[in-house]
Amino acid sequence: MNIGILLKEGPYNHQAADTAYKFAEAAIKKGHTIDAVFFYNDGVINATKLMDPPQDDRHIASRWANLCQKHGVQMLACIAAAKRRGINDDVLIDCGSITGLGNLTDIAIRNDRLITFGD
Amino acid sequence: MLHTINKSPFGNSSFETSSRFLQPGDPILFIEDGVYAVQANNKFSAALNDILKNNPVYALAPDLNARGIEEITAGVKSIEYEGFVELVEEHQVNSWL
Amino acid sequence: MGEIESESYDDEIVKKIMHVMREAPHGTIYTYEGLEMILIMAAYDQDISVAFIDDGVYALKKGQNTEGIEMKGFAKTFGALDGYDVEKLYVDQISLEERGLTEDDLVVDVEILSSAEIGKLMAEQDVVVHH
Repeated sequence: MNIGILLKEGPYNHQAADTAYKFAEAAIKKGHTIDAVFFYNDGVINATKLMDPPQDDRHIASRWANLCQKHGVQMLACIAAAKRRGINDDVLIDCGSITGLGNLTDIAIRNDRLITFGD
Repeated sequence: MLHTINKSPFGNSSFETSSRFLQPGDPILFIEDGVYAVQANNKFSAALNDILKNNPVYALAPDLNARGIEEITAGVKSIEYEGFVELVEEHQVNSWL
Repeated sequence: MGEIESESYDDEIVKKIMHVMREAPHGTIYTYEGLEMILIMAAYDQDISVAFIDDGVYALKKGQNTEGIEMKGFAKTFGALDGYDVEKLYVDQISLEERGLTEDDLVVDVEILSSAEIGKLMAEQDVVVHH
């Protein structure tokens, strides 16, 4: 099954980013394809490489970068939401890209599921 | 259709509201703070028992454990993330926020 | 389910996509950015509907004046949706009544439905996005 994920909340503030990641991990383990994680609203903040949590805590941006590098899951930040919140190519995680809502629409169309995680 | 609910029913109306939109047979999965709804013997147990007559109800075990919830309303099934994936395999998803 | 192979087959897929507005306008950005999402999706010839539930019904309320809070008002954009071929706007009757509102209080023509009716429509969707 091909699955798209829409993440509408920033890292740490809300558990949504964690649940989305754990779900994606479990889906990949079961043999499914996660086409993309699309960041919207404050979700775009998941994609900043400037994130610097304490050493003993999970590094949410790195998790997303790993998912991208290891499993080819696209990490996409909405350009309109990103610009509002000061996320641009300079601060974006490796493997991430900034794109438009048209891309989210394509993700909704071509995948079997689009699942939303948020506040 | 799978309905997911991620808010505590004590703080947010998602649980109460979503109940009006359920179709018979639709599974409901409580995640994140939503799992407080299934803690045994709270003010939402009666509503949950009503729902259980027509709908299977699940709660994400890692979220129950994180919150120290040991006893859940009879009939609610505790599942892992893998079980979440299985539900998604079988149903379109309606994530109440 | 088989894999989608050719681009032209992609162009023919029409998915039923329902956007659910449950938040009040202005206090949070969700309704506004949700509307932006709907407007972009509207260009892709999909079967799009919008359901207004709980505080989401406030987004359609007449007489909103955001000058004093210096934030963009966007209620009239809901009125422009049918120009984008998004004509299915559903309002949950109970949500309206709880808030002491009637159809006359709304800036745009909508279908006022029972929760059960909206629930049936939800069950038919390929994609549901809550804002």
